[in-house]
Amino acid sequence: MTTSDPSPTKPSPGDDGTGELPALPRRKVFEPQSSTLSGPFWEATRERQLVLPWCTGCERAVWFPREVCPNCRGTSFDWRPASGAGEVHAVSVHHQPGLGRDPADGPYAVALVQLPEGVRMMSNIVGCALEDITVGMPVRVTWMPLSDGRHLPQFEPEPAV
Amino acid sequence: MTERTLRGATALVGATDAASPTGELDQHGRALEAAMVLEALDDAGLTLADVDGLSCAGNVTGLAEYLGIHPRYFDGTMVGGSSFQLHVEHAAAAVAAGLCEVVVSVYAATPRSDRHRRSAGGGFGGRGGPMAGPNPGAEWELPFGLRNPMGSYALAASRHMALYGTTSEQLAQIAVDTRAWAALNPRARYRDPITVDDVLASPMQVSPLHRLDCCLVTDGAGAVVITSAERARDLPKPPAYVLGVASCGDHSMISQMPDLTTTAGAVSGPAALAMAGVKHEDVDLLMGYDSFTITALLHLEDLGFCAKGEGGPFVEDGKLGPGGALPMNTNGGGLSYNHPGMYGMFLLVEAVRQLRGEAGDRQLDDPRVAVAHGSGGVLSTMGTVVLGTEVTL
Repeated sequence: MTTSDPSPTKPSPGDDGTGELPALPRRKVFEPQSSTLSGPFWEATRERQLVLPWCTGCERAVWFPREVCPNCRGTSFDWRPASGAGEVHAVSVHHQPGLGRDPADGPYAVALVQLPEGVRMMSNIVGCALEDITVGMPVRVTWMPLSDGRHLPQFEPEPAV
Repeated sequence: MTERTLRGATALVGATDAASPTGELDQHGRALEAAMVLEALDDAGLTLADVDGLSCAGNVTGLAEYLGIHPRYFDGTMVGGSSFQLHVEHAAAAVAAGLCEVVVSVYAATPRSDRHRRSAGGGFGGRGGPMAGPNPGAEWELPFGLRNPMGSYALAASRHMALYGTTSEQLAQIAVDTRAWAALNPRARYRDPITVDDVLASPMQVSPLHRLDCCLVTDGAGAVVITSAERARDLPKPPAYVLGVASCGDHSMISQMPDLTTTAGAVSGPAALAMAGVKHEDVDLLMGYDSFTITALLHLEDLGFCAKGEGGPFVEDGKLGPGGALPMNTNGGGLSYNHPGMYGMFLLVEAVRQLRGEAGDRQLDDPRVAVAHGSGGVLSTMGTVVLGTEVTL
């Protein structure tokens, strides 16, 4: 297990205990280290903002952050906010926990989430019964705090309009 | 050996390196490897779009994923300092044989600056070595609790079920048929017959995969010997001739798989069969890597034994088992025979035994063509080998 930069947490709404933007309960996870390339992503999670790298060459979002655009071989990227919307592309309820998880936390849903920005990322589906999660279900990003002020993006069912 | 030489068949056309009087470089890990690849290509007047072969002394699929390319030739040969001479040797043979056209071999290591650089991107970096530097899996999959490799295959199965209506019962039939073959193999780990209900009643591991949808964890070992056809004819046992061979890979992490329901076997399978001049109805034995039931099902579709999405109905009638129309994994497979982690060796060994008529109680009736189709990583890199007896030449 690793932890990231111990830099002070920036104040952000919902972290002040007012419940304005309630955070998910913190669970034990493998905490990622930021690389040079991914720093902006993890910094944005301190403000609970989902940002994606966009290739300035082909104007397409790329996931994950890397040196070379897999679409056009471009090497220049901009970080832009994502809408936060998504759709469950595939899902597996893990009864056997993965590395870094506490078995006492029980089964959880690992999913690939397709974003309208055109990329697919791994995440968890939370905030509903595990058996109710289906492929194609609309979801929206929510955030689980990490130990150092960053947050891990999670997705929950899109509230009914 | 006949008059066959690589002399003059290939050339090195681009080259670059990075070094600094300080003894340290700013970049490291994958980023440094990528920079070297791009510089060497630029030096050659080529681009990444031209590259269809990739060599490095380590995790070569991870490097291909990082570069965003889908090579049809991989070389991860790691023999120490001379690895890159061997990469050139292998690439020269591959290019001369028409397996690929443009191969890049790359190396990057930063043992000096690693001393004061925390391994970036995740906990598996360590100092130097092929896993140094940003490790995308540790950053973009592990935090979500993905249990690998099982969870990756489960996600593929989830997508296949949602798109095509594939059922747990259909996946279970693969485990049932494979166990029926294992019953005929005295060295198989599990030999007692099982039913579809047994598979569905076994504990759910990572949905939709039950315990009996998953391969074993056992010890195991094997080896094969390859020589020229000419030499093979002078040896005591009947040769299993390599009629066709091809590979392709299109990701390293499951979250980067272009299409969760189509593997790179859709490239390697048809290429190998075409090289062999073999049609599906000519295949007497399919040895299809069965790390999980979904793995084998995807092979059946991607190799063209049935249409995409029709794997479920295709296997339903038990045609993969003893007496069936398409015998698959006659040794009992990774599901019931053995599985020490990298099972591809056993696909080749069983194919040779069947073609020689050495398979004992599970021997097929005069098989002439066998396909050994291996799957590496998490449905990442596929290698297809078509073998045939003397009469197929």
